[in-house]
Amino acid sequence: MSADPQHAPQASAGRAPDVFKPGGWVPMRQYPEIDEVDFVIVGTGAGGGTLACKLAEAGFSVVAMDAGPYWRPLEDFASDETHQQKLYWTDERIVDGDTPLKMGSNNSGKAVGGSTVHFAMVSLRFRPDHFQTRTKLGYGADWPIGWQEMWRYYDEVEEMLKIAGPVRYPWGPKRGRYPYRAHPLNAAAEYLARGAEALGIDWTETPIATLSAPRGKAHPCVYRGFCVTGCSTNAKQSVLVTWLPRAIEAGAEIRDLAMVGRVETRNGRATGVHYHRNGEWRFQKAKNVVVAGYAIETPRLLLNSANDEFPDGLANSSGLVGKNLMAQLNQAAWGQVEDEVRSYKGPPSLAISEHWNYEDSGKDYFGGWSYMSQGPLPIIWAKSLAGGRSLWGQDLIDEMNRNNHSVGLKMVGETLPDERNRVTLADETDQYGLRIPRITFAFRDNEKAMIKHAVDFMDQSLEATGATERWKEMNDTCHLNGTARMGDNPTTSVVNADCRSWDIPNLWICDGSVFPTVGGVNPSLTIQAVACRTGDRIREMAARGEL
Amino acid sequence: MVDRFPHYDVLAKRDTPSWNPQTRKVIGDRLATEEPEVLTPGQRATLRAVVDRIVPQPEQRPATNATALVLHKIMTNESDGFRHHELPQVREAWERGLDAIDAEAQERLGHPFAILDGDKADEILRAIEQGDVQAAAWASLPAMLFWSWRLIPDIVSAYYAHPSAWSAMGFGGPAAPRGYVRLQANRRDPWEAAERDDGRVISAEERNIHVG
Repeated sequence: MSADPQHAPQASAGRAPDVFKPGGWVPMRQYPEIDEVDFVIVGTGAGGGTLACKLAEAGFSVVAMDAGPYWRPLEDFASDETHQQKLYWTDERIVDGDTPLKMGSNNSGKAVGGSTVHFAMVSLRFRPDHFQTRTKLGYGADWPIGWQEMWRYYDEVEEMLKIAGPVRYPWGPKRGRYPYRAHPLNAAAEYLARGAEALGIDWTETPIATLSAPRGKAHPCVYRGFCVTGCSTNAKQSVLVTWLPRAIEAGAEIRDLAMVGRVETRNGRATGVHYHRNGEWRFQKAKNVVVAGYAIETPRLLLNSANDEFPDGLANSSGLVGKNLMAQLNQAAWGQVEDEVRSYKGPPSLAISEHWNYEDSGKDYFGGWSYMSQGPLPIIWAKSLAGGRSLWGQDLIDEMNRNNHSVGLKMVGETLPDERNRVTLADETDQYGLRIPRITFAFRDNEKAMIKHAVDFMDQSLEATGATERWKEMNDTCHLNGTARMGDNPTTSVVNADCRSWDIPNLWICDGSVFPTVGGVNPSLTIQAVACRTGDRIREMAARGEL
Repeated sequence: MVDRFPHYDVLAKRDTPSWNPQTRKVIGDRLATEEPEVLTPGQRATLRAVVDRIVPQPEQRPATNATALVLHKIMTNESDGFRHHELPQVREAWERGLDAIDAEAQERLGHPFAILDGDKADEILRAIEQGDVQAAAWASLPAMLFWSWRLIPDIVSAYYAHPSAWSAMGFGGPAAPRGYVRLQANRRDPWEAAERDDGRVISAEERNIHVG
């Protein structure tokens, strides 16, 4: 076992951890801080890690920093919900508003590879119309990128992650076969399938970023079911084990345990980043700075970087940095069945219906949602029962002990952009002396109407399979997006279609915070697709001398 | 209540391919966790009594050390990554909360919470859950928020971090690198819990002693 990755940087002295080998190392190029690297990237998750790879392969000098540790999953990850909280971003954040968000688990990560190290691997494309909701559907805001272009980048990411999925996807424009064959359905997924069949709607095997066949040094998924606490066998195709090894091979440097506190600017341009590593503040010079800290840390860094030139924070002439936070809806319906389901086996969401992402009639609200089968681990399930049904005492214990017969369906639902849902800075500071974020969030009428429709529908689906003692879990949220939206107009967006800030031409933002809308699908595939596009666009612009 | 998974013990799999070395270490450390010297003796007694009511110990199985695990969390004052704007940090919330629970018992029943019988203790806890509180101590700590954002999540998370609780559920427990093979309904890998009265020829007891 190596030194504790949580307390000592691992990527140093010309090498980085080999994520495929206990105690192993791979050579890594390093850049002196006084060298002005082409790109310093803040964050190595779905946005930053992917972009680091693309830019390094395009020949740029790249330093990518992450506040979290550099894990080797094979030796560092336990099969344990509690211990694996080390993958979450658990620094203090204040939450308020009518629907205060519970942070720290399913919506944030603090590790090299970001939250993809513990994501549920569900890899979905947006419905094409969801890139133009304002024009086509009358709500939200249009993306400045067309769906056909995004479709090509989805192809690239799906190939890179060897997504296991169905041969024929039931919804949307024709797409190719997924690179790897779909995983078998577990019993929980079969309940989704039977319910959908009974209600007469389409369902399919969920396209999922865990291997269904060997790939290089990684083995296929063993269906251990601890996916959302990190994969200890490397079947999960996280950024940590996919894009980053490629990035390092192409010459990128990763700096772990490197918390960026401020982006420096001079004469209207970014000049580098101040970051905390090994107990001291340091400065890395760069020709370009990419902020990729996800929907909370990205606006926090931009706001914490306010200076005389940009007193309201960087890239914030529109006033939109931190605004339009969209936390996707994650409500559920649950029930009991005669079968032994044992939903702890396999990835939690092996079957899906996107019916209500593509069907607009019969709704009294805007937007779409999908729903998936579920497999909650004991602590998550206990919190669901205790929170959602107010069970405690022997009632809670007895219900927990029937868990092998529980089945559930959970939505991933679209939240509309609303400037009142936002990230600001609290007065408190954290262990680095940086002001911590305050996250203000509330469901509005549209979200409430969608939730009602979705939980009623999921409940009907369970009923159609014979599930009894059904109940509805009304309070959960998941992925976060928004807070630095992209657009065509500098007054109504923070970055343009290339993720380049309108105000500071060498400052870029590349993560889920650029989403103008979120659709009813998990965002990681789209974040990676946008990062791939951004990498290509930067290469093209550099070739034309437009950086 | 009849044990649904007779003789099933997750820990029997400790030295099988279902537990990697890091899992063995993590769970071993957890099982060895004792109550740290944190809070006042009175606050600790109150916490023990609350934990007993929220998550009664499994019958016929080793007791969990949920109280020790909650105390450990209080000692480290570790954030979960978010804090409701009306609540203080972990340790301070628990200190105020335990004092307020005890004050509520004193006010309503004239006794410390820790010595109440089960029904009386539950009456106090239900009042807190519903925000129907009388003690002045709640002025600096909204009772319902303390209940749903601190007390319940911390206690159930501690209890369900313990292998005894997993065994009682028939949960497979740690599962790397072996994982599972049989994913369909009513199919059980030989290293999984067997449920009482599941209609199989070999009894659940017999199958459960061979999961290791």
